[in-house]
Amino acid sequence: MELILEQFPVVIQSLNIGFIQTLKLFFVTLLGAVPLGLIISFGSMSRFRPLSYLTKIIVWIVRGTPLMIQLLIIYYFPGLVLDNPIWGGGESGRFLAASVAFIFNYACYFSEIYRGGIQGVPKGQEEAGLVLGMTRSQIFFRITLLQMIKRIVPPMSNEIITLVKDTSLARIIALQEIIWAGQAFLKGSQGISGAIWPLFFTAVYYLIFNGILTVLLGQLEKKLDYFR
Amino acid sequence: MAILEVEHLNKNFERTEVLKDISFSLEKGQVLSIIGSSGSGKTTLLRCLNFLERPGGGKIRVNGETLFDAEDPSTMQESEIRKKRLHFGLVFQSFNLFPQYTALGNVMLAKELLAKAQPDYKARRKEIHSEIEKEAKSLLTQMGLEDRMENYPHQLSGGQCQRVAIARALALKPDILCFDEPTSALDPELTGEVLKVIKGLADQETTMIIVTHEMAFARDVSSQVIFMDDGRILEQGMPEQVFENPTEERTKQFLSRYTQG
Ligand SMILES: Nc1ncnc2c1ncn2[C@@H]1O[C@H](COP(=O)(O)OP(=O)(O)OP(=O)(O)O)[C@@H](O)[C@H]1O
Ligand SMILES: [Mg+2]
Repeated sequence: MELILEQFPVVIQSLNIGFIQTLKLFFVTLLGAVPLGLIISFGSMSRFRPLSYLTKIIVWIVRGTPLMIQLLIIYYFPGLVLDNPIWGGGESGRFLAASVAFIFNYACYFSEIYRGGIQGVPKGQEEAGLVLGMTRSQIFFRITLLQMIKRIVPPMSNEIITLVKDTSLARIIALQEIIWAGQAFLKGSQGISGAIWPLFFTAVYYLIFNGILTVLLGQLEKKLDYFR
Repeated sequence: MAILEVEHLNKNFERTEVLKDISFSLEKGQVLSIIGSSGSGKTTLLRCLNFLERPGGGKIRVNGETLFDAEDPSTMQESEIRKKRLHFGLVFQSFNLFPQYTALGNVMLAKELLAKAQPDYKARRKEIHSEIEKEAKSLLTQMGLEDRMENYPHQLSGGQCQRVAIARALALKPDILCFDEPTSALDPELTGEVLKVIKGLADQETTMIIVTHEMAFARDVSSQVIFMDDGRILEQGMPEQVFENPTEERTKQFLSRYTQG
């Protein structure tokens, strides 16, 4: 116990640095995947058959294979197979590769949620707008958009919470996120080695961050509770 | 002159003919009821009038102006269609109220969006808004909903929702108000309140086309009745004539199902 107290400041500092990397990957993924998912959902709903089939096949592959494999392929494929290491070396290169893999993976999941949200708004809503002389864009922004958002908030919340935990997968390409930082003390770092507790302690970070997100997303859901 | 003239209207869905050579006309202030069995094309006809479906052939004229002519592609421009729709109002069987707006908001929304296109909107914004609100409130009061204006659709009964939907359609002052089985989605005890409101509109000489299965009501309220069967107008005339002395065997069969019940 005393030993832990002694190690605590060093470990926390290290974990904080790792957690910042975790947060960066989380927010970058969210920022990229939210709009990209919308584009993919339009693709899969396109009336142009080849486009919708192609999009659906891509979504099927991305959702049907582990994110970890996608990370490995995206990180190693250009350098090892194509002899063109586009990611560059170092932490920034790994971060870039991880961001691309995460954004693409999550955009595919989001696109399915969007599709459900868009198709879930009854056709009668659009028709009611049309017979009242509204333009398509008025109908979208004044009528269907909010109903879509209401529908997608609960499933999106689930995905977002999952994303927080999934960021730890980036350790597989040695991205120095929080789990990586915790594990370093097992192998030996800054004079501490063989300590397992920092690794366990990372869970506290995830718990607190997910707790905050759950409250925020719950509030958003409540805000939209005034209509059905 | 007739307010509405429909001539030789046809509509196909893929290979099935849903409307076959539909012609009729309607005078201002009159009420036309359309009856007929399920699948006979009643909804499709109303949807064609409201430009939700495009007919394959025929003409639609309102106040002498040709709104639709299958021979003339210039009558089908998207930008024009939006304005043409305003000649008609449509009340749906399932209300289709906007759930995120209050009863008052539902009635005001379209009018406000239209007002935004007016050149003097920016200058008279407040004034226009309060005019629209006043009119909407008076319509809702007329529908017997004065104490329900701030409620959201999910807080209203089906009958109340349908009356909001009627007020919403009336707010744009359409030349012809169409109803597609306005009471079919309602519990029997709620149909009365909606029919009463429609009857009130008929008494004020609102021009209406009503698709309904409420035979007693159709008989009472209409100036003209059309019986549709398999996409065709099989019988057409004054309510007394169609209900009491139908000439077609199909009409008799159809009506007997209601008198026995
Ligand atoms: N979008 C569509 N695509 C294909 N067929 C359709 C479509 N809409 C309607 N139909 C067909 O057109 C015919 C007429 O339908 P419509 O809804 O106009 O009948 P209706 O008289 O309103 O019947 P109901 O009393 O059941 O409401 C039906 O056979 C229906 O299956
Ligand atoms: Mg119908």
